[in-house]
Amino acid sequence: MRKTFQTIFDTYNWEDTLANINAKTTQDVEYALNKDKKDLEDFKALISPAAKPYLEQMAQLSSSITKKRFGNTIQMYSPMYLSNECQNICTYCGFSMTNKIPRRTLTDEEILKEIKYIKSKGYDHILLVTGEANKTVGVDYIANAIKLIRSQFANITIEVQPLEQEEYELLIKNGLYAVLVYQETYHREEYKKHHPRGKKSNFNYRLNTPDRLGKVGIHKIGLGALFGLEDWRADSFFTALHLKYLQKTYWKTKYSISFPRLRPHSGGLEPKVEMTDADLVQLICAYRLLDEDVELSISTRESQLFRNNIVNLGVTSISAESKTNPGGYVVEKQSLEQFEISDERPTEEISQMLRSNGLEVVWKDWENNWESS
Amino acid sequence: MKDILKIADKEFTSRLFTGTGKFSSSQLMEEALLASESELVTVALKRVEVTNDDDILSKLNHSRINLLPNTSGVRTAKEAVFAAQLSREALETNWVKLEIHPDPKYLLPDPIETLKAAEELVKLGFVVMPYIHADPVLCKRLEEVGVQCVMPLGAPIGSNKGLKTKEFLEIIIDQTNVPVIVDAGIGSPSHAAYAMELGADAVLVNTAIAVSQQPVQMAKAFKMAVESGRMAFNAKLAPVKQHAEASSPLTSFLN
Repeated sequence: MRKTFQTIFDTYNWEDTLANINAKTTQDVEYALNKDKKDLEDFKALISPAAKPYLEQMAQLSSSITKKRFGNTIQMYSPMYLSNECQNICTYCGFSMTNKIPRRTLTDEEILKEIKYIKSKGYDHILLVTGEANKTVGVDYIANAIKLIRSQFANITIEVQPLEQEEYELLIKNGLYAVLVYQETYHREEYKKHHPRGKKSNFNYRLNTPDRLGKVGIHKIGLGALFGLEDWRADSFFTALHLKYLQKTYWKTKYSISFPRLRPHSGGLEPKVEMTDADLVQLICAYRLLDEDVELSISTRESQLFRNNIVNLGVTSISAESKTNPGGYVVEKQSLEQFEISDERPTEEISQMLRSNGLEVVWKDWENNWESS
Repeated sequence: MKDILKIADKEFTSRLFTGTGKFSSSQLMEEALLASESELVTVALKRVEVTNDDDILSKLNHSRINLLPNTSGVRTAKEAVFAAQLSREALETNWVKLEIHPDPKYLLPDPIETLKAAEELVKLGFVVMPYIHADPVLCKRLEEVGVQCVMPLGAPIGSNKGLKTKEFLEIIIDQTNVPVIVDAGIGSPSHAAYAMELGADAVLVNTAIAVSQQPVQMAKAFKMAVESGRMAFNAKLAPVKQHAEASSPLTSFLN
């Protein structure tokens, strides 16, 4: 078997890593800031408590590096939930199997109704989301959905259950551009606690998913941890370790990082470890200083105030007006959401906010029909 | 006599080519491009909406500006050829800036796929402008398959680092039979002037203008620098002396 990320990951110990991050000093931070190319040790210093007094300096650097690489632009995308059926138990999720909520999976006709609305708002990049119900919402369902909407979106991303290599190949053939697969937490034991049942309880299968994607030459892989489950610093270090491994191994693939923080939902879980706004700003800037090219994405989980200010600090793509329930845009507006969004402003208002921040709103930055040639 | 640059059937008085990415608004992009007096402007196909009214394209609708669609985003020769054909149909131009970068991090061009695609596109009747490494042998190979110019990079794209490949650019300029356009890495007007002094036929600048605090002013500065560098090249630079001249020449006894 070829090497996967797991072989590297298994050589690390969570507690030692966390202790090492927390032991970083002012000198380590200054050394990292003054260095041209930053490595994972520098990243540890930049996310450490010792870097807090340097937040403004980090933000200034992050902002200017991002502008050099991505220009004065922000990419817009819209999520669309296809189904809330799920056979996993996840302690933090509104779709968790044990939650007694009405389940719904969109039909072709309903999908077309939803995308008509999304298109009318100007979106050309779409993110399709499902729970994990392999019988009803398996790879065939997802392939069908992609086929159905392909002619209308320049760029299609999915956030669904981890799949097999051949299944990803099939989806790519049908027009899939990117896959987001968050590890939730890199803390093996905590992961078990939060995912006691269902296919998702297999930590290693999820951990090696980006490898399966890299092997089939996917255009983009999105990584992330769900902040609140465990210490955000250690989880972010392991995410960065994952990123660096993938970049070296699958060099033709692009990468993005997302920063979901636990939000209230039906059957709610209180965050075990808090992550403040200042922490999240520190983390976003640290990623940018580590890597000039990685895409950084912020969703509507975050507040209006936070989003107004973060768009100039290193973030490269955002969503707006998102609905986290299947059919939420048109078909069945009232159904139960996966989580409550925070920034509910309409797309037009977000575009206006970006423009007044001196940012061009980018709707289209891909062509999805080159590869079928 | 006017100093005209000819590529295929088009004549250019401006030797500053520009791009459309990274500006904070399409309004500002339009103003900056007009200020640059550029006559050839590259636009990423993946960014334009060819079926509807496109915001970028509508701002480029000026008689001075010729469109140069680029294939940014493709990873293979096959995809590049397909993209070029789409763009010919949609934008009604057979000009194409051939960019094949399988590596999304540094966006470095793949020489093997580029050569393959260039050969095919030339056969299909395209005016091919390939973005490549500053590789003198590759430039000659591309010339052989019939490209109309070569576009070697000065430094990694978007890096603003200047002419890091100077030694190889000089060889390319020395050997070429087609125009040489220095394409990536030019970060300041002095870099552009320097490229022109070395004998480049034109330069392509995008990031340095778009990301500047004042893109319109920067566009003007680049225009002046390119003109100045070209003028200096035509006027023939005084040679750089390698050694100081001895105060008592060794051969004075012959006089």
